[in-house]
Amino acid sequence: MIGEKPKGVLAHVALAYPALMLGVFFVIPFGMMVAVSFFHREPGGFYITGFELTNYRNLYTALFGRTLLFSLFIAGISAAVCVSLGFPFTYFITRMRRRVQVVWLVFLMSVLSLSEVIIGFAWSLLLSRTAGLSNLLVWLGIMDKPVAWYPGFAALLFGICYLAFPYTVLVLYPPLSRLDPALPEASLTLGASPLKTFFTVIVSSLRNAIVAAFVMVFVFTLGVYLLPQILGRPHHWTLSVLITDQAIYQTNMPMAASMAIFFMVVSLLLVFLTMVIGKRKRIET
Amino acid sequence: MSKTLRILFLGIILFLLCGPLIVVGGVSLNAKKRLFFPPDGVSLRWYHELLTESSWLIPVQNSLTIATTSSLIALSIALPLAYFLWRYRVFYARALFTLGISPFILPPVITALGFLSFWVTVGFYGKMIATIISHAIFFVTLPLVTVSLGFESIDHEIVEAAETMGADSGTVFRTVIFPMIRPYMISGYAFAFVLSLNEYIVAYMVAGFTVETLPIKIFNSLRYGYTPVMASVTVVFVLLAALIFGLIGRFGDLPKLLGAMNPEETK
Repeated sequence: MIGEKPKGVLAHVALAYPALMLGVFFVIPFGMMVAVSFFHREPGGFYITGFELTNYRNLYTALFGRTLLFSLFIAGISAAVCVSLGFPFTYFITRMRRRVQVVWLVFLMSVLSLSEVIIGFAWSLLLSRTAGLSNLLVWLGIMDKPVAWYPGFAALLFGICYLAFPYTVLVLYPPLSRLDPALPEASLTLGASPLKTFFTVIVSSLRNAIVAAFVMVFVFTLGVYLLPQILGRPHHWTLSVLITDQAIYQTNMPMAASMAIFFMVVSLLLVFLTMVIGKRKRIET
Repeated sequence: MSKTLRILFLGIILFLLCGPLIVVGGVSLNAKKRLFFPPDGVSLRWYHELLTESSWLIPVQNSLTIATTSSLIALSIALPLAYFLWRYRVFYARALFTLGISPFILPPVITALGFLSFWVTVGFYGKMIATIISHAIFFVTLPLVTVSLGFESIDHEIVEAAETMGADSGTVFRTVIFPMIRPYMISGYAFAFVLSLNEYIVAYMVAGFTVETLPIKIFNSLRYGYTPVMASVTVVFVLLAALIFGLIGRFGDLPKLLGAMNPEETK
C-alpha cells in the first residue's frame, strides 16, 4: 500500500485540508504582498489597486542601499562566526554518550527557543553599566569604574551570534552525527595528529554540510528584527526594521512590500550563489 | 584534539551561553525596582507581580491561548499532509510539503508582511484569531518535519501484516500507525508551542496594538520603563522551555528528532 498512486477523489480528502489551509493562509497572503508591491500608495489610507513600478523605483535610495548592505554584512559575519565555532562544538557533542548529548541538546533547544526580545534584554543587562560584566571587572580590580558596552556594533554582533549559535548547532547536528567514526579513527591510526585529522578528514569530508549550514544561518540572521533596535544604534538597523517601520508607522504598505520582495530576491540569489560555489568546489577537488 | 583543549572550548561556549541567563536570573531577584547585578537584596516580588498585575497577566493569557491553539492547528495541518506524503509519493504532496517548510526558511518579516496585507484585506487585522492562524501557518514546519520523521520510522512490514490480517485502512491507522507516531506528534506540538510563545514579529505585525503577547509586552517595557518583572518573565520562559524540551528528551528520542541516526544504524 505504501508508495502507490492515490486512487479517486476519496484518497485525496486527507490532502484537501492542509492544501486549503496553506493555500488560503500562506499562498494568498504571499501573492497579495507581491500584488501590493505594484499598487499605488494612498497617503493617509492604505493603497489603491493598480500597476506601477514606482515603489521599486523608490527603493533606489541611499538609506535602503546602506541598510540592505549592512543587513547582509552583519548576517555574513555572524554566520561565519557561528559556523566556525559551532562546527567543532557540534562535533564534540556528537561524540559524547547519547545521554550526555540529550542534556546538551535540551539546553541548546531552550536557548534557541528564546525570543529575540529576551536575548536582547539579557545582553543589554550583561553589557549595561548597573548590572553588567564591567561591574565584575571593577570588582576584580581590572577596571576603575563600570561602563556601558551597548548600544554598539560589537554588542549587536554578540547578540546575533548568541541567537544564531544554537540554530547553527542544530543545522550541523544531523550531518556530523552521521559521520562515520571509522574515518577519523583511521586517520589517527595512520599517525595524523588530532588537529590535522580534524581539518583534513572531518572538515573536508563535510564541506558541503558546512556550506549549507552557513547559508541557513545566514538567512536566519538576516531576519533579526529586535536585536538591532535593542543592542544597536539607529545606523545598525536592519532591513527588517526598515520594512516594519514602512508598513506600521509610515502606513506605506506598497513600499514595505516592494522592499520585502527585493529583500527576498537578493537573499535567495545569495543562497543560490553560495550553493553553486559550494558545488563547484566539490567538483574541482 | 587534546582533551583539555576540548573541555576548555566547551566550557567557554557553555559560559557564554549561560552568562546572560545568570545575569537575568540575578536581576529578577532584586528587592527594589532597580536592575542591579548582583541583586540588591533578594525577593520574589517580581515573580509575584507577574502573576497578579493585570498588565502582565493579560499578555500571559494571550500568549498561552495563542500558543496552545495555534500549535494545535499547525499539527492538524501537518498530520494529514505527512501521512499522505508517506503513503503516496506523489509530486503534489511533495510540493505542499515544500510549501509548508518555506515560512520557516524565508526571513520572518516577509511572511509577516504577507499576513498583514491578508488580514487587513479580509478585515481581521488586530483580532486574536489572526495571530492564531498566522502562527499556525508560520510554525507548521515543526510538526510537519517531526511527524514526517515519525512516519519514516514505521516499518512497512508491520502495516502490511495488519492489512493481511484483514484490517481496513481506518483500523490500520487507529491501531498501528497512530500509536507509533504519537510521540512525534507530541514533540512537534511542543516545538511549535514554545516557539509561538516566543514569537514577536508576526504577532506584532498582525495584531500588535490590540493583542499584546508576552514578547510584545517585554519589548514595550524595554522601551517605556524598565522593571525587574521583565527579568522574572525571562526566567519563567527559560525554565518552561527547559522543562518542555527536557520532557521530550526524557521520554522521546531527541537526538533522532533532531536528525541523528539510531545507534544501531550508525554502523
